[in-house]
Amino acid sequence: MTPFYLFAAIAVGASLLVIAQRNPVYSVLLLIASFGALSGLYVLLDAPFVAVIQIIVYAGAIMVLFLFVVMLLNAPHEDTEYDERVHPLLRPGPMRFGAGLAAALAVELWWALGRGGESGSFAGGSVTSVAAIGRSLFTDYAFPFEVTSILILVAMVGAVLLARREEPR
Amino acid sequence: MVPLSHYLLLSAMLFSIGTAGVFVRRNLITILLSIEIMLNAVNLTFVAFGRALGSADGQIIVFFVMTVAAAEAAVGLAIIISLFRHRESLNPESWVSLKW
Repeated sequence: MTPFYLFAAIAVGASLLVIAQRNPVYSVLLLIASFGALSGLYVLLDAPFVAVIQIIVYAGAIMVLFLFVVMLLNAPHEDTEYDERVHPLLRPGPMRFGAGLAAALAVELWWALGRGGESGSFAGGSVTSVAAIGRSLFTDYAFPFEVTSILILVAMVGAVLLARREEPR
Repeated sequence: MVPLSHYLLLSAMLFSIGTAGVFVRRNLITILLSIEIMLNAVNLTFVAFGRALGSADGQIIVFFVMTVAAAEAAVGLAIIISLFRHRESLNPESWVSLKW
């Protein structure tokens, strides 16, 4: 029971620090810590495949891509004068609305889930074998799996096109 | 074992943190990171429910969500690089010309 609360505390604390940091490099590194804690939670949920994929794909590939772009742009700090003077909830217009919306979402979710009490429990059986997941992926989910490859191809071509430097004519 | 509702509560907290980040932060990269936090909160819900129902479908959907997250990160970062070339800034307030 204790590891869950340890990982949950790390995940929430690191995520809070991600959106509290002014330097995107620290944000990315803290998000990797948060993903590591989530990976531990997946292990607790008998999902080792997802836990490993979380580390390899998310922390290893996607976050490195983020870090690469942060360092490529070399513009680490956001314009801080405004942010440090005014609290998010007191800023004008849409930002105050958005911050309030996020707070309302948190309260609502807490309320709705709190009413469930301890009723939600886990069934005895669980699917932990990677072989079973792979078999399901290539039989029941074969079509979505193939569509995923097209999505990746389109994203790759789109990213190259968007980030390409326009040649002077 | 920890009850399912605790996993859902943790997921709800992470999702709210991500939502707050999208609305409050003034940095395009941090906004994309907040979207990643939200996607991970949803992933945790999928895995927790898949475990509760004793089926592999939750883990498979997480696989697809991660694929979409990778595609979204690649295209989003390409757009950010392209925007940064125009204005030398990562503040979303720099691109409000099309706002009402």
